[in-house]
Amino acid sequence: MSNESITVAPAVNNVLDIEAIRSDFPILNRLVKGYPLIYLDNAATSQKPAAVIDALVYYYTQLNANVHRGIHTLAEEATAAFEATRDAIRQFVNAAHREEIIYTKGTTEGINLVAYTWGRQNLQKGDEVIISGMEHHSNIVPWQIVCEEKNAVLKVIPVNDKGELEMEVYEQLLSDRTKLVSVVHVSNAMGTINPVKTIIDKAHAKGALVLIDGAQSSMHLDIDVQALDCDFFALSAHKMFGPTGAGALYGKKHILEAMPVFNGGGEMIKEVTFEKTSYNELPYKFEAGTPNIADFVAFKPAIEYINALGKANIRKHEDALLSYATQRIKELDGVHIIGEAKEKASVLSFVIDGVHPQDVGILLDNKGIAVRTGHHCAEPLMNRFCIPGTIRASFAVYNTLEEVDKLAEALKKAIGLLR
Amino acid sequence: MMAANKSIQEIEAEIVDEFSLFDSWDDKYEYIIDLGKKLQPLDEAFKKDENKVKGCQSTVWLVADYQDGNVIYKAESDAVIVKGLISMLIRVLSNHTPDEILNADMDFINKIGMTSHLAQTRSNGLRAMVKQMKHYALAYKSLKFGV
Repeated sequence: MSNESITVAPAVNNVLDIEAIRSDFPILNRLVKGYPLIYLDNAATSQKPAAVIDALVYYYTQLNANVHRGIHTLAEEATAAFEATRDAIRQFVNAAHREEIIYTKGTTEGINLVAYTWGRQNLQKGDEVIISGMEHHSNIVPWQIVCEEKNAVLKVIPVNDKGELEMEVYEQLLSDRTKLVSVVHVSNAMGTINPVKTIIDKAHAKGALVLIDGAQSSMHLDIDVQALDCDFFALSAHKMFGPTGAGALYGKKHILEAMPVFNGGGEMIKEVTFEKTSYNELPYKFEAGTPNIADFVAFKPAIEYINALGKANIRKHEDALLSYATQRIKELDGVHIIGEAKEKASVLSFVIDGVHPQDVGILLDNKGIAVRTGHHCAEPLMNRFCIPGTIRASFAVYNTLEEVDKLAEALKKAIGLLR
Repeated sequence: MMAANKSIQEIEAEIVDEFSLFDSWDDKYEYIIDLGKKLQPLDEAFKKDENKVKGCQSTVWLVADYQDGNVIYKAESDAVIVKGLISMLIRVLSNHTPDEILNADMDFINKIGMTSHLAQTRSNGLRAMVKQMKHYALAYKSLKFGV
């Protein structure tokens, strides 16, 4: 792209009415430091539409009761609302059975669950687990812990200069000792969309299982766990317009059935005596204790919201935002984009010569613009690029091209001030 | 040392006065960035892990020396706004006795609006810096009295 070229905002040719969508998100009306909030930290967490916030209020004003236990009306209604979300998630990821959807606190807990149950049961000395160089700490640390415990070997698929996985190295890493491949679908730090279908097929050819970290992808890409044929898929509600503290782990039924339990307590049991406890069936055997009922109830309207907009429409708008933002940012002096993969979703990470990301973050915040600065919980990836961190703008469907313009202008000013 | 005859309270009051002249946060940041750019760089030899202040998103190195009963601070950061904040902390605390430093309430940070304006993660960094500076003062005080 030539620096002389004049950037013209692309005409928005979209079936979505972005202004109408914005009005569904109450927080977008607020001011930050006297400016209208420009929220570009969606990869960290998305904002919540009124339907989700209303569902939380509705739950506590009309339904509140413990689930699965009581015989009274509230308990039955709360249980129905709580379990309806499981059906919505099943449909959302196209799982074959509702009991393949395990409620978790989020993606991190989903990955930990697999590491501590499946991992401890199946990994033996010398076995290999493969992750990638662009993983979030939550898909690194659980495997380090369990591999150390089991004397298994953790291998890492390297990342190339564009921020893509080196797939030929991946093929070399796969061996008869590979028991599990756990990779991120969409990189939180760079937006790279990984070729997970290929990764899964190649792992399966070696007899290894595959876990897909779908924290970032669930909002942007169509998820079909049956078509992907992944063995596990973990997601978080709060990155898809839903509440924090709710998430799901999909697992193939026969694999989940064979797995040992995770937490012990109420709900996950069938029968308890001091001599022996027998465990509940799927999915409840993995759901000990009173769950985060309200947030799971409010997760359903978030899924419905995404479904109503349509992932393809969301993606189209986000792609327009990403490509326009990429173009505007590249016009700035000394800016380098980290992660220029061919396939990207909604994340623009960059560094600026002679300017610390934190300083930029502070000055943008001073204009009401929320971006993330730092290592994005992906320190090994930052080391790969020899940088302490990046400035990351991540987009959602409610962001606009005007907001991208304001980001670019504020960045230009910040760079002028900081250099 | 220009601040030798002024008390910590007097210097704090000076800074509060200076900040009261600014109309907007843009001006305040411009001033802080300017302070940061003017901060005397720390000798590279001091930029090692043991001098890093923990709790900051950016890297901060802080060293202290004890001369004629006063603690002298030197510090630097890789982020310029942080350097500006460091510059103010040094102006307030450096070249005072350990007791004066330990008793400083650092209320000027509130008065110029930095605690409310800076996000929690960042003000934690600021707090971590003050804490580390006071640790040095305490260490020199203990040395003095042979505790």
